[in-house]
Amino acid sequence: MTDFAIELNGICKRFGAVQANRDVSMNIAKGSIHGIIGENGAGKSTLMSILYGYYHADSGSIAVDGKTVRIRNSQEAIRLGIGMVHQHFMLVDNFTVLENIVLGAEGGLLLKDGMAKAREHLQALNRDYSLEVDPDAIVGELGVGLQQRVEILKALYRGADVLILDEPTAVLTPQEADHLFCILRALREQGKTVILITHKLREVMDITDAVSVMRAGTVVGNVRTADVDKEKLADLMVGRKVTLKVDKAERAPGAAVLDVRQLCLTDARGVKLLDGLNFQVRAGEIVGIAGVSGNGQSELLEVLAGMLEPTSGEIRYQGADLLQEKSSQPRAALYRKKGIAHVPEDRSREGLVKSFPMFENAILGYHDDKSVSKGGLFSRKMLLERSRDFIRQFDIRPDNAQLRVGLLSGGNQQKVVLAREIHANPELLLIGQPTRGVDIGAIEFIHKRLVELRDAGKAILLVSVELEEILALSDRILVMAGGQISGEVAARDADTISLGLLMGGHKH
Amino acid sequence: MPRWAQLTVLPALNLLAALLVTGFVTWMIGEDPWECLQLLVSGAFGSGEGIGYTLFYTTGFIFTGLAVATAFHAGLFNIGGEGQAYLAGLGVTLVVLAFDHTLPPIVLVPLCILAAMGFGAAWAFIPGWLQAKRGSHIVVTTIMFNFIAYSLMLYLIGHHLIEAGSQNPTTREFGQASWIPAIHQVAAGMGISLPSTPLNLTFVMALLACGLFYLLVWHSRWGFQLRTVGVNESAARYAGINVSKTIILAMCVSGALSGFAAINELLGSTHRMNVSFTNGVGFVGIAVALMGRNHPVGIILSALLFGGLTQGGLELSFEKPVITREMIIFIQGLIILFCGALENLFEPFIAGLFKRKEDK
Repeated sequence: MTDFAIELNGICKRFGAVQANRDVSMNIAKGSIHGIIGENGAGKSTLMSILYGYYHADSGSIAVDGKTVRIRNSQEAIRLGIGMVHQHFMLVDNFTVLENIVLGAEGGLLLKDGMAKAREHLQALNRDYSLEVDPDAIVGELGVGLQQRVEILKALYRGADVLILDEPTAVLTPQEADHLFCILRALREQGKTVILITHKLREVMDITDAVSVMRAGTVVGNVRTADVDKEKLADLMVGRKVTLKVDKAERAPGAAVLDVRQLCLTDARGVKLLDGLNFQVRAGEIVGIAGVSGNGQSELLEVLAGMLEPTSGEIRYQGADLLQEKSSQPRAALYRKKGIAHVPEDRSREGLVKSFPMFENAILGYHDDKSVSKGGLFSRKMLLERSRDFIRQFDIRPDNAQLRVGLLSGGNQQKVVLAREIHANPELLLIGQPTRGVDIGAIEFIHKRLVELRDAGKAILLVSVELEEILALSDRILVMAGGQISGEVAARDADTISLGLLMGGHKH
Repeated sequence: MPRWAQLTVLPALNLLAALLVTGFVTWMIGEDPWECLQLLVSGAFGSGEGIGYTLFYTTGFIFTGLAVATAFHAGLFNIGGEGQAYLAGLGVTLVVLAFDHTLPPIVLVPLCILAAMGFGAAWAFIPGWLQAKRGSHIVVTTIMFNFIAYSLMLYLIGHHLIEAGSQNPTTREFGQASWIPAIHQVAAGMGISLPSTPLNLTFVMALLACGLFYLLVWHSRWGFQLRTVGVNESAARYAGINVSKTIILAMCVSGALSGFAAINELLGSTHRMNVSFTNGVGFVGIAVALMGRNHPVGIILSALLFGGLTQGGLELSFEKPVITREMIIFIQGLIILFCGALENLFEPFIAGLFKRKEDK
């Protein structure tokens, strides 16, 4: 017998030219919560995918409970007692919790017997780990926090002793995250092993027993959490000193650039996504919108960028109501021409066309500009020049404007979008999740750019689910919950706890 | 796998596989596959006459291939090239029947081309509009529109456009003013003697269209919008591109291109319209675009392949009565199967070979 639930020895994995994992070794103690921390692209997810049987290591070995095993697919991983909670939930929205849980493990020809047994089992799990999930609820109607618990249940139901959670708190409020941590602690008490993949230092410090730090495909440290602090971990992760703080001087804001009045958006089912929003963004200030994702922030950005038509209200931009403008072109094009730039939340789906080369992505949305075409045809020279400027100014790597943008890392993709939108010299910048999936080095850079833009007297509306980011960048913070603004705080008075309460919908 | 290999080795292997299966079937029906292949190739490329015919068929396939590719770049699978070419034929015929004795060629031919483009575009506009505004799936609507076009033409030719006193469902012969000069006539004018084939100036238009297509799709604003809509509609909405307008316009351009297949056939060769003049040119266009990877160079090459197959196949069926026209369609089907549907059949294997070489 051994005390390790999982032992990874010398795991190597290469994707084409990219060495995703290089000689990765770590031991994960039974009954512990083990954190794996690293920047995006450090190889955490690849490693876990190897453990869960999605990929096969080029070399190296895996031992479960001291026995060397070959895991060829996820069924085998499940049989070995390994369960995975994905970042993007693998649930059927219009099934009940119970149906989702038996899915793939129905047992028997007729559904009925399996279901009855599953229900009993489920109630027992529910009790043991205080998961508080109603087996008959429709999954699509549950909040994200609960959906995540359904995923955990699913893994436990399949007999998981080792539970892998991939960035589980990305979609949760601080309170929901705390609840999740309670569940994880309960799992640990029952002897389960938890592997927590994250890039949030706070979580690692809060809950893990041991932590493996990964950088550029290798393990740069296997440490006991008690022996390190946040700064030490951050240094290990990035390989150099990083400042998590943003230097920002006080600055008196100018006139209102954006003045939103009674803005409402109702979807086809009659759900109020935006419910009477009133706020301003003034020149030379960054207004941060905090909130758990799915509380109307995304829709707000889309409405302000002209991609969605609001149901009622006014969007006054530089004094005139944008919604009264008549135009034959789509609103998104019109707004952009008026100086509203937009870095969308979901850059890979909206902000970029991944199969296009960088030089074409450098003009997405600005392809109508006279400056990029000559006699109806694009000037390739002009486009290449522009993207080379972007590469220089934003340190985009690799420095090849012909490369398909999908081949760049998340951080570099974001730099392309940001460079394009800043190049347009906007009066108002709408920016959603500026650093989602972006490594720490690039985060610093992006934050600095945003502050520069603000200091140049531009108005910035920032939406982010990362409270630390909101706190670091904003001059004023609005909190959205349920499509409404549940509170406004000056940045210097704000802290995560008070914001967390507002995010949960507690009104000031 | 390097890109050059993806563009050369894979199609070659696919083609070879199709030929092997064909050879097997040929052998099964008691013919010598090797001899048949020789007959096929020499029929298509072995003589000036053969080449002329091959290029004549190629012309139509280039246009319908470009038509499918245009829609494809906008993310649309336009199966309706056949129907659009049909309707374009109607447009041409109406103009010719009305004006071929009054207008000079210099006016009449461009007018016919405009009519072909307009009718083809109009027939594609409706499915395009339905897709963009009502979400009706383009594959379903274009297939239905092929049937509607066929029935409509059958009725119109049978009851209204048929030559008086004729038993055949065809129109009267078009006046000479509407004839597009054949290449051999043009060459003769320059003192070069070529065998007489239906290959006509539409072929030159096809090559020009390929160049234009390239510029339009990869170097123009419109092409940029087209491709953006095609691969990522969300990004298109983000970029302020009018998605439904782009879809509708892409279908109209696609239909207009299909229309040229009718020009090639009616004004370049038969000089009258019968019920079966399209003869599957629109459907072959799908295969041509697939195999040519929606790129003009690829489209020219695969159109040439299918043109050669059509011509060589006809020659072969003259020589070998056992091998019928259906057999040729069978071969075409196999090629489409291997090059289109099973495009990546050999990819893992070949990619493995390249990987091993790289590792060494």
